[in-house]
Amino acid sequence: MELFKYTVHALHDMLIKKEVSAVELAKAVFARTDAVEPKIHSYITETREQALAQAAAVDAKIARGERIASLAGIPGALKDNICTKGVKTTCASKILANFVPPYDATVVDKLAAQDAVITGKANCDEFAMGGSTENSGFFVTRNPWDTDRVPGGSSGGSASSVAAGQAIWALGSDTGGSIRQPAAYCGLVGLKPTYGRVSRYGLVAYASSLDQIGPITRDVTDCAIVLNAIAGHDAKDSTSINAPVPDYTQALVNDVKGLKIGLPKEYFGAGIQPEVADAIKQAVNRFSAMGAEVREVSLPHTQYALPAYYLIAPAEASSNLARYDGVGFGHRAAGSDIIDMYKKTRSEGFGDEVKRRIMLGTYALSSGYYDAYYLKALKVRTLVKQDFDQAFAEVDVLITPTAPTTAFKIGELSDPLAMYLQDICTIPINLAGLPGVSLPCGFAHGLPVGMQIIGKPLAEATIIQAAYAFEQANDYHTRFAPLGEV
Amino acid sequence: MKYETVIGLEVHSELKTESKIFCGCSTKFGSEQNTNVCPVCLGLPGVLPVINEKVVEFAVRAGLALNCRILPFSKFDRKNYYYPDLPKNYQTSQYDLPIAVNGYLDIEVNGKTKRIGITRVHMEEDAGKLVHSGTISNSEYALVDYNRTGVPLIEIVSEPDLRSPEEAKAYLEKLKAILQYIDVSDCKMEEGSLRCDANISLRPVGTDRFGTKAELKNLNSFRAVQRGLEYEVERQTQVLSEGGRVIQETRLWDENKGVTLSMRSKEQAHDYRYFPEPELVPIVVDPAWVESVRASLPELPDARKARLMADYGLSAYDAETITVSRAMADYFDATVTAGADAKAAANWLMGDVSKHLNAANMSIESCPVTPGQLAGLIALIAKGTISGKIAKTVFEGMWSSGKDAETIVKEQGLVQISDEGAIVAIVDSVIAANPQSVADFKAGKEKAIGYLVGQVMKQSKGRANPELVNKLLKERLALV
Ligand SMILES: [Zn+2]
Repeated sequence: MELFKYTVHALHDMLIKKEVSAVELAKAVFARTDAVEPKIHSYITETREQALAQAAAVDAKIARGERIASLAGIPGALKDNICTKGVKTTCASKILANFVPPYDATVVDKLAAQDAVITGKANCDEFAMGGSTENSGFFVTRNPWDTDRVPGGSSGGSASSVAAGQAIWALGSDTGGSIRQPAAYCGLVGLKPTYGRVSRYGLVAYASSLDQIGPITRDVTDCAIVLNAIAGHDAKDSTSINAPVPDYTQALVNDVKGLKIGLPKEYFGAGIQPEVADAIKQAVNRFSAMGAEVREVSLPHTQYALPAYYLIAPAEASSNLARYDGVGFGHRAAGSDIIDMYKKTRSEGFGDEVKRRIMLGTYALSSGYYDAYYLKALKVRTLVKQDFDQAFAEVDVLITPTAPTTAFKIGELSDPLAMYLQDICTIPINLAGLPGVSLPCGFAHGLPVGMQIIGKPLAEATIIQAAYAFEQANDYHTRFAPLGEV
Repeated sequence: MKYETVIGLEVHSELKTESKIFCGCSTKFGSEQNTNVCPVCLGLPGVLPVINEKVVEFAVRAGLALNCRILPFSKFDRKNYYYPDLPKNYQTSQYDLPIAVNGYLDIEVNGKTKRIGITRVHMEEDAGKLVHSGTISNSEYALVDYNRTGVPLIEIVSEPDLRSPEEAKAYLEKLKAILQYIDVSDCKMEEGSLRCDANISLRPVGTDRFGTKAELKNLNSFRAVQRGLEYEVERQTQVLSEGGRVIQETRLWDENKGVTLSMRSKEQAHDYRYFPEPELVPIVVDPAWVESVRASLPELPDARKARLMADYGLSAYDAETITVSRAMADYFDATVTAGADAKAAANWLMGDVSKHLNAANMSIESCPVTPGQLAGLIALIAKGTISGKIAKTVFEGMWSSGKDAETIVKEQGLVQISDEGAIVAIVDSVIAANPQSVADFKAGKEKAIGYLVGQVMKQSKGRANPELVNKLLKERLALV
């Protein structure tokens, strides 16, 4: 029995029926990791000992006849920019290579309350900056569907760990598409919640006004279960939304009759791989056949979203990353004086992509350029939001490709600008703070294609319902990555 | 050419909230190094700030007390710069939308009232403290104490309405009084809870364009503010009168040398790259709440001064002196409430009480003589139980023992002798013992009587009623 191939909900049922123990499950996942990690490189840090203790505690609860939570005993991986008390949190950066936080992120607290088992800390692009996990300060992660290809980024380790059976579910963070795009490349479900739905406390900030933690899972049911576990208001995060959290599993209803779906024409233009466009079109036809009403809509400012993002996100990053200076924590280089120490620490500690964005952001905020760049970008952001408001006055959800292509080869996109274009379909959703989910909607040359469903603010239930209905109508989510010759 | 001085002050005041501005750490001064810290105020990766609502309330109190308009929508911004005592290398502050704007306060200089504009009041976090192993220029290393990091500050920026160092000092004193009255800050310059930077420029009298200004930092006391500005007036006057140009720069006041010194230009060229703090939501204040804060404000120094003058007939000088500190004014009110005559209370406060406090380097809050006790002493004088002179001795006893005036008078037998018979006996013995003085008096030397009075007082150990002594001495001398 290949336990590592099951979903969260299937394993939960097996646990409560005592068909399997949590410790057995954890060991099965570790064994799988032993087998595939040398090819995939999902993890920066594994926490097996801690995981086994967590699993044993769950088994004890089951033995006592206690009710267990949906995630109890189910192994999951955390992106390594989510702080874990006593466990290294590196953000895949040399500058934080030995950083051990003295606190847990709020999502980690919430997972602990569920008795979830944490397998370790997954690789990512350094400080979540990148679209391929090639920008990790340590090593490149590979796509379990084709190990010559990238898993996507920046939550590539989280996605690959789930796709390869090294974890049953994972958390990623999404600033411009970093959950949805790797989910799409790895044939998984990835959801970026509404900005503020999930606490950011303990998520190492890249661009604070855009970052959001979310689940990466094998199917939509698991996505709802993990979202249930992590959503909710947090007094430690001022930007967290104080609104009741619905039970998202209630949205797992196979019904889209009357659902109004908008197809924004700007997302189906040049640059979209024909196979990807075809898969989305077929998926949309499926929705029509199930009784949804589909219409074309327009989001006219879409073309400005990417440049606005590449001003706002680096601007915030330049400030957020200023604290990595060698004074209080993290890597410190020797220097002749304090300025020299700062320069050497940051030169040695940060990789090229991070440096590029720090410089971009510093420039965009400089006096004399602020109005022309940063302020203008904020205005564009408002226009992008207004586009969505107008579209959502007509439709319930929007459907677009998640990424313009399927997973590309490692080293293929050496031009940073080409890499930035991989997030072109996901970035506007972050700028507007909306929820978006990516789910597999087909295959092209053996590689998964992702479809993005976008909802109104706090309408996670609506997009989960739409995704669930689509998932019920096909079997893409049941296919398991081949992992080459493993 | 005659020049006019133009001064604007930027004052930082630490708010006396229990906890820091963005976390729950204590703000206690003088704690052991790096004990009042947490991941949030240390700026560790992943942590987020949460505004302490008390800070907003204190800032609103200050804004209202300074006659400002409270903005219904304000926000925090990041001020980016690198410094090892600044954990995040940005300071969370307020830039274009501060909590309070467009206020004023009135100062009095040379008997004239002058209104000084307040541009803005904004909230921000304090930085930590560097402890150098030697002097700043030669230390091998520096240690950082983050206890002060995240202590809430308000910055109060004045309009360039001040025209002399004296006015600047009066402004600062009034500002300090107001902040203390509304109980938002200790305003201890020596502990850094009140800090002052000054912008100063000169311009030819009669023009209204501003001259090039120098920013003066490190003004750590009222004395430093006045002396530093006086030095700058002289320096800039000299530069201008020699046909030179004042350079726009930051200058440090060197207290020991009594001069201002130019800071290196590298440190002046700051581009703070302000932008809205994305980790805090904007501050939206309810106008009804603002009004309730306004209603809760105590009587402020100007109103209190006016009341003391109207109700008790105190002179402007006395009323001003007493109301400069809220604690002093409270002490005064309590003394009067306890039954003391207002003018006597004022005199005692400005006289012996202040003298003793100054000598002991104590503040009125820790005065060992309570207002009730002082009122008791004043009552004894009014009743004629003790003389004003004896009262000074009694006060000494009260100060050192904490006992009531009445107790000390009783214990030391200091009750005034107002019995004519007893005094006459002393008077007669003094007359008999001092024939030369008596002769001098008879010869028209009026001064001689003073000596005789002194002798009577001496023999009575100061307890004889001075009026009676005078009267009886004259009567008996007439008989000699
Ligand atoms: Zn703290």
